Amino acid sequence: MATVFEKTKMLTDAPLHYCPGCTHGIVHRLVAECIEELGMEKEAIGVAPVGCSVYAYNYFNCDMMEAAHGRAPAVATGIKRVHPDKLVFTYQGDGDLASIGAAEIISAAGRGEKITTIFINNAIYGMTGGQMAPTTLVGQVTTTSPYGRQKEHCGEPLRMSEMLATINGAAYIERVSLHDVPNIVKAKKAIKKAFQCQIEGKGFALVEVLSTCPTNWGMTPVAAQKWLVENMIPYYPLGVKKEVE
Amino acid sequence: MAKKLMKGNEAIAEAAIAAGCRHFFGYPITPSTQIPEYMSKRMPQVGGCFLQAESEIAAINMVYGAAGAGARAMTASSSPGVSLKQEGISYIACAELPCVIVNIVRSGPGLGGIQASQGDYFQATKGGGHGDYRMVVLAPSSVQEAADMVMDGFDIADQYRIPVMILGDGMIGQMMEPVEFKARTGRNLPEKTWAATGWDGKSRDRAIINSLYIEPEVMKTVQERLAERYAEIAKNETQVEEYRMEDAEYCIAAYGTTARIAKSMIGKARDMGIKVGLIRPKTVWPFPSEAYAKAADKVKAFLGFEMSMGQMVEDVRLAVAGKKPVYFHGTLGGFVPTPAEMLEELLKVKEASK
Repeated sequence: MATVFEKTKMLTDAPLHYCPGCTHGIVHRLVAECIEELGMEKEAIGVAPVGCSVYAYNYFNCDMMEAAHGRAPAVATGIKRVHPDKLVFTYQGDGDLASIGAAEIISAAGRGEKITTIFINNAIYGMTGGQMAPTTLVGQVTTTSPYGRQKEHCGEPLRMSEMLATINGAAYIERVSLHDVPNIVKAKKAIKKAFQCQIEGKGFALVEVLSTCPTNWGMTPVAAQKWLVENMIPYYPLGVKKEVE
Repeated sequence: MAKKLMKGNEAIAEAAIAAGCRHFFGYPITPSTQIPEYMSKRMPQVGGCFLQAESEIAAINMVYGAAGAGARAMTASSSPGVSLKQEGISYIACAELPCVIVNIVRSGPGLGGIQASQGDYFQATKGGGHGDYRMVVLAPSSVQEAADMVMDGFDIADQYRIPVMILGDGMIGQMMEPVEFKARTGRNLPEKTWAATGWDGKSRDRAIINSLYIEPEVMKTVQERLAERYAEIAKNETQVEEYRMEDAEYCIAAYGTTARIAKSMIGKARDMGIKVGLIRPKTVWPFPSEAYAKAADKVKAFLGFEMSMGQMVEDVRLAVAGKKPVYFHGTLGGFVPTPAEMLEELLKVKEASK
């Protein structure tokens, strides 16, 4: 019988630990497929964050390092400076990248560090059970904003892609979403472009992926996708924020 | 190779290059700034990488990445900066990565002062970061010894997959002395088959540089492995200098700059007929407890000198185990003790020991 489809070899056979309806699994597969399609399986070195995707080192079938919370861009910098010819990527959530690791991501972009960052924005801290993130929307209820995020008290969420796009060292920044198949296809194209950007030595590349967290949002997976479209996309508009030729 | 007159900080940097270090990540702070400055000039000349990090935290995490990728990597700082690095040091210890970290200690706590101090002994030897770990801590008392210890430090780090700290002070970092970079008798260093270098899927296992062990049984296994390694290091790598201890009735306990000044004092005291010697730990972890324990059977009393309120003296007291009195004199604020000040303390101890 002819094989018409196979799981990418860039993912191990380890069962994913993610909750039902969580989009980490989709992003993992897109990242893995892109690396394989670019023929960079043997060159890839990934850096996992602290957060729900802390176990990414068990799933991506390449050499991996686990970084301290927020420090993945600094760790990736160390790797890339030792192995400039390798494909070095970080996979980070919003608490990791936009809060505790804000300095590291901005400085990596500032240096034009030739790494690729996959940034998962689900507007909440997932692993610790649903606390307010720097990306939590105004009014959004979390376990540390039980009355809804109040902008007078703790400000408004950070738009990391727009902020990073202002930095000269950033070569490619795009925000994508996974709420339907056409958008998943777009997300894959963006991720591939972000890796190509590194291969061509253009500079820092980041893809922000709007993602759902049904468990901590307290919604069904379907309701979560609807909530993302209605609430997150208006505040976090999709599209290319920066692209150098 | 001929001797060159060099500042301690510069000698430390050059020694790292002589030891094959080609990746340095740092952040400026007095009194260790000449290390990144020197590296910024030298690394491009030898095809290496100097990178000024955005923070001390980023610098130590760049070291984590570079060391995990198989390179000899180094960072340097001074006390407040080393406090910021502690998170990374703890991760490096658990991920079993080799690297060298230099602390040119200044006075504190807080922002403190910028003069020489030995106030970071506890932080360096008792685990400044979280969790149950050790690192090898080498304490030089001259510029030459600082250079030698940096070169040995890289080898020790690679042999045992452990972070190594060079615990200097503002005096060691700032003074100029003749130094040469001697070829070392090579250790048999293991190949870094564990490093993340890109995986071909067959020639070795997939590299996972990690410090997360959620399963208690696995965490226990890792910690037991580390504990065994620490015991092995304590057995093989403890270094101590015993100076004029053959007939000593009094034993000075000091390390680094303070030990060096104590030697001048010992000469003067011996001229006065006082039989005094020095036990100087060169490794402050592992600590040479045995040397002090043995001396406790021979001498009348111990006298500790440190540029601190008394930190290493606690380890001396543990080793002496109450057999003999252990006195202490600390010099604070960034001041360096004089031989005369030390002699005065020794005379007090002699009087008390009658």
